[in-house]
Amino acid sequence: MTTERDYDKLLTVALDKAMPYDWSIGLHGSMFFQEIRENQRFVGIRCPQCKKVYVPPRRVCGPCYTEMDELVPLSDTGTLRAFSVVNYPFIDPNTGGQRPVPYTYGYIQMDGADNIFSHIINETDVSKIEVGMRLKAVFKPKEKMQGHITDIIHFDIIS
Amino acid sequence: MAQKVAIVGTGQTDHKSHRPDVTGQEMIREAVDRALEDCGITIRDIDAIVIGNMDHFESINYVDNWSIEGSGGFMKPIMKVTTGGTTGASVAIAAYYHVASGMFDRVLAIGWEKNSESDTTGAIITCSDPIWDRFSYSGAIPSLATEATAYMKQYGATQEDAARVAVRDRNNALNNPHAHLQRPITLEDVMSSPMLAHPIKLLDVCPRTDGACAVVFAADGEAQRLAKKPAWIHASAVRHTYSWFGDSTDYDAGLVSLARASQEAYKKAGITDPSRELDVAELYLPYTYAGIKWIEDLKFCGRGEGAKFVREGNTNMDGMIPVNPSGGVISTNCIGATALLRVAEASIQVMGKGGKRQLPKVNKALATGFGGCFWSDVMILGAERS
Ligand SMILES: [Zn+2]
Repeated sequence: MTTERDYDKLLTVALDKAMPYDWSIGLHGSMFFQEIRENQRFVGIRCPQCKKVYVPPRRVCGPCYTEMDELVPLSDTGTLRAFSVVNYPFIDPNTGGQRPVPYTYGYIQMDGADNIFSHIINETDVSKIEVGMRLKAVFKPKEKMQGHITDIIHFDIIS
Repeated sequence: MAQKVAIVGTGQTDHKSHRPDVTGQEMIREAVDRALEDCGITIRDIDAIVIGNMDHFESINYVDNWSIEGSGGFMKPIMKVTTGGTTGASVAIAAYYHVASGMFDRVLAIGWEKNSESDTTGAIITCSDPIWDRFSYSGAIPSLATEATAYMKQYGATQEDAARVAVRDRNNALNNPHAHLQRPITLEDVMSSPMLAHPIKLLDVCPRTDGACAVVFAADGEAQRLAKKPAWIHASAVRHTYSWFGDSTDYDAGLVSLARASQEAYKKAGITDPSRELDVAELYLPYTYAGIKWIEDLKFCGRGEGAKFVREGNTNMDGMIPVNPSGGVISTNCIGATALLRVAEASIQVMGKGGKRQLPKVNKALATGFGGCFWSDVMILGAERS
C-alpha cells in the first residue's frame, strides 16, 4: 500500500501489515505511478549517454553512472523475454503470509524500452506460454489505484 | 607490486541438512580447526580473519562479532564480507587481498550457513528492490528459471540436457566424504522429480545445507613452510552488476558478469584456451541449466554448444575439463560457505589432497562464485609459484 503524503509528487511504499519499514519511491518512480493512474500507460526515461530507455524511470543509468531527465511516453504493451511458473509455497516477507501460488513471473520488454520490466503474467499453464509472446498490461480501476506496483494487476497474453 | 599468496590449508564440516547438535559458532569452529590442522598451525598464528554468510539468513546481525568463539577472532583484526551467493568467493578474495597487500602473512577466510535455521527464500526476496521487484520476485529459483527459459528458446536446449549436469555432480559427490547429498541419481530421477518453477525440477537445484568452510591464505616464503604443495593464487576477478533483476540479464550476451570476470582472470593467469589449459573447474552451479549455459561464458565451448559439450563427457572426471569433482553446489549448499568451498576444493586438487575425488595431475584450477543479481567472482589457482 502506498501512503499518500503528497499524491501530486512524492509517494512512499509501506507494507500491508504494520512493520517499521517504508520506502521513498522518488521523483521519477512517483511520476510513473501518476502516469499509470492518469493515462493507464507506461513512461520510461532515456539515458543521454547510452540512449537506453529504462522503465520504470529512475534517476541514474547504472552502467553509465549518468543522470537522466528525458522522459519517454510508452504504451501498455510489450514482449515476453523470459518467464517461470512458480509452484512452491513460501512466506512473502512483504506480507508475512503465504504468496499465492502458482503464479507466473515474467520478464517483459515494454514496447519502446530497452530494459526488462518484471511483473506477473495472467497464465499458469506452461504449454500456453512462450518466450516472444505479446503482452498487454491490465490495470486496476483508477479509483482503486494506490501508487503501487500492484496498480498493474498483471499482463495478459494477447498473441 | 602485490606479494605472492598461496592457500596452504582448508577445512570443512561434514555437511548435513540439519546440525541440531551444534550452534552456528560451534559449527564454524569445526571448519576452522580442520583448516588449521591441515597446515599445522594454531589460531595464534593467524594474523587476520575475513568471515561472511548470507545477510538476514539466521536473523543474526554483526556476525563477525557474534561468531568470535568459532572463528578464533578474539582480539584479532576481523572483517565481515557479505555479497549474497558470491560471499564465499568474496571472502576468499578479500583474504587474498589482505595477504597480497603485504600487511598480513597468514589470513583465515571463513564462510558458513545454517540453512536449517534460515528463511532462505524470504531472506533472498529482501535482496530485491522493495518498490518494483519484490512483489513478483520469489527467491533464487524463478530468477534462474527465467534465464533457463530464454536459453532453451534461443539454443533449443532440453530439460534432459540440463538433467545430465545433476547426474554428473551428484554421482561425483559419492567420492566426497564431506558432501551433503550422497545418494546416486539417474537421468530418470531428475526428469521425474517435482516441478518447482518451470523448467526447474527438484533435482535440478541445490539443496539447503548446514555447513562451514575455512581456508588459510599465506604469504610467499611462509606458504612454502606451511604446505608441501601450496595452491598459489594466479588470478582473481570480481564483476557485480546492479540491482534491477531484469536489467542484469542480457540474454544474447549470456551471463555477462561471469564472462567478464573469467576473461580478466584468464588474462592475468596467461590462459588462452581454458578447457585445455585448466585441469579442473569447481564451478558455482546452483542449478543444472547453469552447467550447460555458464560454461559457454567461461569459454569452455562456443555459444549454444554447452549441452553437447557436457553430453560428450568433456566435463566428466576423465574428460577434457573435469567439473566439480566435489559434487558441486547441487550436492552441498551451505550458501555463505558455498563459493568458499569452490575455492577450497580447487586448492585441494592443486595440493593433491582430494582422496577419492582427486584428479591425477592438477596444475591449474578454476573456482567460481555466483550470486546476488547475477554476480560473479572468479579465482584461478596453480601449482606453480606465481
Ligand atoms: Zn546510459
